[in-house]
Amino acid sequence: MSERLEVKKTYKLYIGGSFPRSESGRTYEIRGKDGAFIANACLASRKDLKDAVVAARSAQASWAGATAYNRGQILYRIAEMMEGRRDQFINEICAADGISPKDAAKEVMAAIDRWVWYAGWSDKLSVLAGSTNPVAGPYYNFTIPEPMGVVGSIAPEEHSLLGLVDAIAPIIVSGNTCIVLASSRAPLSAITFAEVMATSDLSHGVANVLTGQKKELAPWFASHMDINGLDISGVDEPSMISDIKTAGAQNLKRIHSFNGAQNPQRILAFMEAKTIWHPIGV
Amino acid sequence: MKHYGLVDGTEGSLLNFLKGLPGVDQVGTEARAAMLATRSIKTSSKKFAIDLAISMVDLTTLEGADTPGKVQALASKAVRPDPTDPTVPSVGAICVYNDMVSIARKHLDLVGGAHVPVAAVSTAFPSGRASMAVKIQDTTDAINAGAGEIDMVIDRGAFLSGRYIEVFDEITQIRALCGDRAHLKVILETGELVTYDNVRKASFLAMLAGADFIKTSTGKVAPAATAPVVLVMLEAVRDFYQMTNHRIGVKPAGGIRNTKDAIKQLVLVNETAGPEWLTPSLFRIGASALLNDLLMQRMKMRDGYYASPTYVTID
Amino acid sequence: MTEFEYAPALESRSIVTIKPQYGHFINGAFTQGSNHFPSINPSDEEILSHIALGNAQDIDAAVDAARVAYESTWSKMSGKERGKYLYRIARILQERAREFAVLETLDNGKPIRESRDVDVPLAAAHFFYHAGWADKLDYAGFGESPRAHGVAGQIIPWNFPILMLAWKIAPALAAGNTVVLKPAETTSLTALLFAEVCQQAELPAGVVNIVTGDGSTGAGLVDHPGTDKIAFTGSTDVGKAIARAIAPTHKKATLELGGKAANIVFADAAIDEAVEGIVNGIFFNQGHVCCAGSRLLLQEDVAEEILAKLKVRMAKIRVGNPLDKNTDLGAINSSEQLQKIRDLSQTGDEEGAERWSPDCILPGNGFWFPPTIFTGVTQAHRIAREEIFGPVLSVLTFRTPQEAIDKANNTPYGLSAGVWSEKGSRILWAAQQLKAGVIWANTFNKFDPASPFGGYKESGWGREGGRHGLTAYLKEAESNNE
Repeated sequence: MSERLEVKKTYKLYIGGSFPRSESGRTYEIRGKDGAFIANACLASRKDLKDAVVAARSAQASWAGATAYNRGQILYRIAEMMEGRRDQFINEICAADGISPKDAAKEVMAAIDRWVWYAGWSDKLSVLAGSTNPVAGPYYNFTIPEPMGVVGSIAPEEHSLLGLVDAIAPIIVSGNTCIVLASSRAPLSAITFAEVMATSDLSHGVANVLTGQKKELAPWFASHMDINGLDISGVDEPSMISDIKTAGAQNLKRIHSFNGAQNPQRILAFMEAKTIWHPIGV
Repeated sequence: MKHYGLVDGTEGSLLNFLKGLPGVDQVGTEARAAMLATRSIKTSSKKFAIDLAISMVDLTTLEGADTPGKVQALASKAVRPDPTDPTVPSVGAICVYNDMVSIARKHLDLVGGAHVPVAAVSTAFPSGRASMAVKIQDTTDAINAGAGEIDMVIDRGAFLSGRYIEVFDEITQIRALCGDRAHLKVILETGELVTYDNVRKASFLAMLAGADFIKTSTGKVAPAATAPVVLVMLEAVRDFYQMTNHRIGVKPAGGIRNTKDAIKQLVLVNETAGPEWLTPSLFRIGASALLNDLLMQRMKMRDGYYASPTYVTID
Repeated sequence: MTEFEYAPALESRSIVTIKPQYGHFINGAFTQGSNHFPSINPSDEEILSHIALGNAQDIDAAVDAARVAYESTWSKMSGKERGKYLYRIARILQERAREFAVLETLDNGKPIRESRDVDVPLAAAHFFYHAGWADKLDYAGFGESPRAHGVAGQIIPWNFPILMLAWKIAPALAAGNTVVLKPAETTSLTALLFAEVCQQAELPAGVVNIVTGDGSTGAGLVDHPGTDKIAFTGSTDVGKAIARAIAPTHKKATLELGGKAANIVFADAAIDEAVEGIVNGIFFNQGHVCCAGSRLLLQEDVAEEILAKLKVRMAKIRVGNPLDKNTDLGAINSSEQLQKIRDLSQTGDEEGAERWSPDCILPGNGFWFPPTIFTGVTQAHRIAREEIFGPVLSVLTFRTPQEAIDKANNTPYGLSAGVWSEKGSRILWAAQQLKAGVIWANTFNKFDPASPFGGYKESGWGREGGRHGLTAYLKEAESNNE
């Protein structure tokens, strides 16, 4: 009895809720730690980034306008879908990183649990960053944290799935939309994760996933005038960091970098604080 | 009594009246409309509501591409919406551009629809951006051609820039033209007025100026006849009746696509202005695709199984 | 004139299976229970089931199970894992939402529209919200790693059975406590169905225990030495009794008690929405609401206009079968409560207030009371002072804003208040002056798990919901006043 041939997955980009190929038509090879060919991933271009920003911007107002409860539920649903695809994630990580299934499973479960952790923050941010302020006058004065808009995110090379969770969840839970550049070494989890998001009631354009090269795309993330903030936790090279900050100064992007721990500051870093005054009087 | 004795026709008097109206809270209004949308209308009440809705439809075609053929087909459909079922009532009116009025009237009379009025949109519909002379001519042509109803638009630019007396004067002039040959519907274009406070103001302004009906929209701008907007207008006609003993009609137009939507409108009427308004002489629904959905729902109630679009006529 | 009659639109009962008899839910399983008493549908007096009367042994077993579960499992579990149990419970509640809504309506008498659109969704939301706190307690402002109390004894009322259960259990579990919950005598069925949800969620045995019964069962739970914390929602009288009962002990309590909220309508209010808010404030849930707007304070110059509109609006209230989707006002929960409402209304008549109700046909059997207003009421009337807990509104007037505030505050209660005005500064000024724990401006009866709820003065101790609500269930959050 001959062996059955597997129907292999094609890995594309995730932009505006659809899975297009790169407009440049380019791909690059993903090989496992053992050198074996795994798949061709799309090599995203600056035009793909441009399209992703348009998609993210058009989705932002209504995503921010949803109730915090609603956003929390949608993010929790993403966790449900992730859990359903656990084995697929484990296989991809094993192939890409050459680690044991047991270790891969640990990372996947940590990624799911971290996603759930971020999901639970959606309706609790005011505890951390909101306040009523005792000004010296007959005014009601209160501060509310608000999402800033469209945020670009460069995911770390290692821990492709856990790093991806950190690169997306804290940004979108508060009402921002994002474009994330996946680990170029191991992008496949990112596309599988995009499939998870596509089946989770997440509105089109809230999260967009590009696969490609940091060197090529980082400058375009940094200079795009319709991106409000950048998470560059996935950039290690000091000269690249410096170049990004220089280019980002053009529209004063809020640029941040974090280490790998789960931290609500990752959410607050991409929010603005709005303070409102209103007189109190009969 | 001119203007029901509530304003004297001067700008000062009108401004005083409009400024004295209570505000409308958006969240509260939308919550009330949402609650009324949960009413479950089934079985006998659904049957009743469907037939009532059909009799209230102003069957509409307002396209640049309208032709005599199209209007004639609409007229036939208006009189006999379902040729296989004579128990289906005729619609409330047909609504066309004013150069189609005589074709419409002629054809209606030909097919046994003498009782179905022709409503003409008028006054440089839909934008309202033209001189008063043009608007007057527009209206006169329509009435002379046989229109029994005039659906005019208000000058939204004047309204939004606070020139209420201009809006008021335009309406009184058109009302005078209509005389007793035609009833006047005043289209507020609520989508452009945006706030419910404006909708309430515009409703009262139109009623004081002589509207027989206040109408939500031209159907060319979204949002059109949303439930909260219709709610505010129904509250206005209810309050106006308390002040003057006069009942003014309400016509939502645009965005009412299926039977569920239509029944929700009837519930709004029933629980806001009251059952006195549940008649085509005080409530109309401006729509085109709605009629076929009403017919299909009617078929389901009659036959007990779901209908298909194949079994209703396309005009 | 055409009358638009709404044909009956009954929600089907078939989604619910009610057993003829229930025991208690202790240590993850149902017991036989003893001394069963009937539980009826108050809209027609049909016997729905038989509920066990929890005695000292049942309470013992439940508290023991909760203690063991706390020591061996729940207190050792990470917040992350606790949270995931709560998420499961929230999701299952959403999945079985229709079933819970129908059961709640049958057992309580409230309209299906309310249980479907308000009670059940809010209950699920409460679990969802608190699931997210379980692993974030470090950030809640109580210091690092705040600790749970241990075993919480919780007693809930009959007016919002599943919702009050959620308000109690969700934060308690999120904070790391285990619970023994006693539902109200007349409304135990959704709590018992909730026990099934705990099983479906694979919640470790003993974390949640449900013991049914009457006032004696509740008192037994309060007095049991094994309960570290008491949470109670109910009447002020019983709340005071609980405070006295625990006085000689180290136990802390949170109490959500009665109210006689003032709903203040200024002349510059958005009139139609204010009328809607008045109706919602007192007729929602048949007025069986601790925070009901039961005292309407109308600015004198708009009083006549608003009363006229109110009466027209009240005439549209549909009283009838709670399972009918078009019913607005359902049944009174019990014959005892109906008698209380009747008695207090009679004092209204006797003290010279003027009673008015729209014409409505009340069903033959079951417990019913028409929506009612009393005008000409002053602060000196009993019906302006005492909580009626029914669809009865007392209407008073005022001339100046300060007078409205003074009248509103002139009560031993302090749970909630309403303010209606289109002027922002006036609203904020009134909110600043009112001695109430929840103030609704241009709205009423709005609840959210993120919004702290609770009262001043004799309306109770503590808050439920939001970060403030966690205080009740964490050791570090409460003082050690002995």
